[in-house]
Amino acid sequence: MTNPNNISLNISHALEFIDGHALNIPTLKILSEDGDILDGATAPDLDKETALRIYSTMRFIRLLDERMQAAQRQGRISFYMQCLGEEAAITASAAALKQEDMIMAQYREQAALHYRGFSLEQFMNQLFSNEKDLGKGRQMPVHYGSNELHYLTISSPLGTQIPQATGYAYGQKLKHIDAQSGELSSEIDNVTICYFGEGAASEGDFHAGLNMAAVHKAPVLFFARNNGYAISTPADEQFKGDGIASRGVGYGIKTIRVDGADTLAVYAATQKAREIAVTTGEPVLIESIAYRLGAHSTSDDPSGYRTKDEEAEFKSNCPVARFKAWLLKQGWLNEEEDEAQKDKIREEILAALKVAEKIQKPALEELVSDVYDTPIPALQKQYEELKEHIKQHPDAYPITAGRIK
Amino acid sequence: MAKMNMLHAINSALDITMAEHPQACIFGEDVGYFGGVFRATSGLQEKYGKHRVFNTPLTEQGILGFANGLAAFGAPALAEIQFADYIFPAFDQIVNESAKFRYRSGNEFNVGNLTIRTPYGGGIAGGLYHSQSPEAYFAHTPGLKLVVPRNPYQAKGLLRACIKDDNPVIFFEPKRLYRASTGEVPEGDYTIEIGKAEVVKEGKDVTVLAWGAQMEIIEQAAAKAEEAGISCEIIDLRSILPWDAETIAKSVTKTGRLVISHEAPITNGFGAEIAATIQKECFLHLESPIERVCGLDTPYPLALEKEYVPDALKVFAAIKKSVEF
Ligand SMILES: Cc1ncc(C[n+]2csc(CCOP(=O)(O)OP(=O)(O)O)c2C)c(N)n1
Repeated sequence: MTNPNNISLNISHALEFIDGHALNIPTLKILSEDGDILDGATAPDLDKETALRIYSTMRFIRLLDERMQAAQRQGRISFYMQCLGEEAAITASAAALKQEDMIMAQYREQAALHYRGFSLEQFMNQLFSNEKDLGKGRQMPVHYGSNELHYLTISSPLGTQIPQATGYAYGQKLKHIDAQSGELSSEIDNVTICYFGEGAASEGDFHAGLNMAAVHKAPVLFFARNNGYAISTPADEQFKGDGIASRGVGYGIKTIRVDGADTLAVYAATQKAREIAVTTGEPVLIESIAYRLGAHSTSDDPSGYRTKDEEAEFKSNCPVARFKAWLLKQGWLNEEEDEAQKDKIREEILAALKVAEKIQKPALEELVSDVYDTPIPALQKQYEELKEHIKQHPDAYPITAGRIK
Repeated sequence: MAKMNMLHAINSALDITMAEHPQACIFGEDVGYFGGVFRATSGLQEKYGKHRVFNTPLTEQGILGFANGLAAFGAPALAEIQFADYIFPAFDQIVNESAKFRYRSGNEFNVGNLTIRTPYGGGIAGGLYHSQSPEAYFAHTPGLKLVVPRNPYQAKGLLRACIKDDNPVIFFEPKRLYRASTGEVPEGDYTIEIGKAEVVKEGKDVTVLAWGAQMEIIEQAAAKAEEAGISCEIIDLRSILPWDAETIAKSVTKTGRLVISHEAPITNGFGAEIAATIQKECFLHLESPIERVCGLDTPYPLALEKEYVPDALKVFAAIKKSVEF
C-alpha cells in the first residue's frame, strides 16, 4: 500500500520500534587477507593493465606520503595528510570510473588524482606552493585540483562538496536532455563521485546533498570513507545506527557497504554503482570500511587518543599488501621488479622535491588575481599601494620585491 | 599569580566555570578526551565527566543549535568551533537564532548562557581556511557580543566575563598567540569588563588601535614610531560588540589622529565602523584622515602571506603618513 507521502504503509497492530541497527547492512568482501578470492565471491572484471595501474598508484602514493610526511617533519613543507590505510578504497574506486567522470574529493584522496594522471611534479608544485602550482600558492598543502583531470580543487570546509556533487551530477544528466521533447536519454555518459569521511557525514551539507540527489535523481556516487576516526573522534561518538550506509537507505538511495581494504570489492562495487547511475540517472552510496592507519594530518598525534595495540591490529590488514598478494598469485607481478621499482620511485620523488622546493613563489599579482574575474577598483588600488610599499621596503619582502614591475 | 600561556588561561577560566555550575557543558569537535585540537579543554573531561565535556559529531550547525537549546534551558553552554573559518555552517543558528532569541520572544526565552569560543586569525601558514577573522560578519548582528583578548591575562578575565554575561557572546581566540608567550595570570577567579577598551600605553601624537593578535603588531609599529620621535597612544579595543567609542574618542580628541589596524579585509571590516563613528565624534579635533591598515580585499593567501598581512612596517608607514599629513 502506498500513499501520497511516498511511504509504504505496512500497517501493524504491534507496538514495535525499529532498532537503529535493524538494517544490518552486509559488507562486500571478495579478497582474503592472503590474496585469494573468497568462497562464494566473484572477482570483478579487472584486466591486467588496470590492475597493475591500480597497484602502481597505491604504491606510488605510499611512497609519496611517506616522503612528504618526512619532509613536513624536516620543516620543508608546512602540512601534509596521508591516505595510509585507505589506498585501496580511493584508488580502486577511481579506477572504476571513466576519465571524464567528475571527482569531488574531501582531501585524503591523492591516489585518485594520481590515477587520473596528476604528475609527481604537479604534486610537488602544490605542496611547495610555488609559481607552478595550479592553485597559485593560495591553499595549504594537499589542496590539489585540476580542471583538465576533472578533479575539483579541494576546499577545507568539510562537507561542502557533497551538495555541489549533486548539482554537478545533475548538470551531467541534463546534458542529455532532448531539447524538443524535454525527455532524458536512457544513458548518460558521465557521473560525479563524491568522497567524504564519516565525520563529514555529520555536516548539514551531507544531509542536504543526499536528499537533493535522491529527490532530483542526480547521477552521483557518494563514497563515504568510514575510517573510524575524525581527528580524535572515534566513529561511535560520530554517529549511531548502522554506519553511513543506513543513511543512504534512509534517503532512498541505493546503497552498498564494502571492505575498504579490499581492492577487488571496492572496484566491483564502484563499477556496478556507476552502471546504475548512468542507466537510471540516480545516486548510489558506497560506504567503505577501512582504518585510518596514520595520523589525521601532520598537526595531529594519534597516540593521545588511541592505543598502539589498536593500531597494530589494523596494520596487519594492509590494503596494498592484500592486493599485491593477489597480483603475485595471478602471475601479473614479480617481487624483484616490484622492489626495484620502489627504489626508482623513491629517487624520483626526492629529485622532484628538490626541484620544486627551489622554484620561486607566485608573483605578487597572484595575490589579487582570481578574487573576481578582474580585480575590482578598490582591490586594484590596494594592489598599487602595496606595490609602492614593497618597493620602498624591498628587504622586508624578499619573495616578491625583486620581481615587481 | 601563575605563569600561563593563553591556552592555560582559557582552560583555567573554563575550569572555574565548570566547578561553579553543575550543568555547565563544554562541547565541540575533538574537545572531549583529546582536549581540543589546540588542547584548550585538556583535562576537563577527566575532571567533570563525559556528560559535561564531550565531543560532538562534526556539525557546526548542530553544535550551535544544540548550544542554543541548552542555553535556553538555562545551562551554561560553552561551545567550541574548531576554527573560526568553520563558524559559517553555524551562521544561521548564531545570527538568526542566538542573536534574536530574547528579542523575538519578548524575553520569554533567552540564550544568555551561551558562549562560543573559536580560534581565529592568521600568521600560522594556514592559508584561506585556517586564517580568517570573521568578526565583522557578526558585528552586523544586534543581539550578540564579540570579544577578543590579546594575552593570557586578558583571555582569562574576558572569557569569565563572557560566560557570566547574560547575552550570547562569541569569544575569538587569537590562535597565533595560544602558545606564543606566557604571562602572569591569577589562579583564582576575576573578570574584565566587556565593552571597555584599554589604553595600553599613553601617547600624544597619534592613537593606534587594534584588537587580539594585531595588538602585537601595532606595538611593534609604535616602537618604531617612538624611535622616529612620534608618540603613540596604543589602545586595545578588546570588545567589538559593544565597542567603546568613548575611550577612543577621548584619545583621538587628545592626539588628533587615528590609525586602526585589523587582519580582516578592509572593506566593511570593523575598522570602517570605528572610522565613521570617530570622524563624527571628533570631527573638529582631527588633524589628518583616519588611516586603516588591514587585510586586502582578497581571501587570506598562503604563499604571499607576508605581503598580504597588515604588518608592523605597514602600520608604521600609516602612522607616519598620519602624522605628516
Ligand atoms: C566545517 C569544518 N569543520 C571542521 C573542520 C576541521 N577538520 C578538518 S578534518 C576534520 C576531521 C574529518 O574527519 P572525516 O570526515 O571522518 O575524514 P578523515 O579525516 O577521517 O578522512 C576536522 C574536524 C573542517 N575542515 N571543516
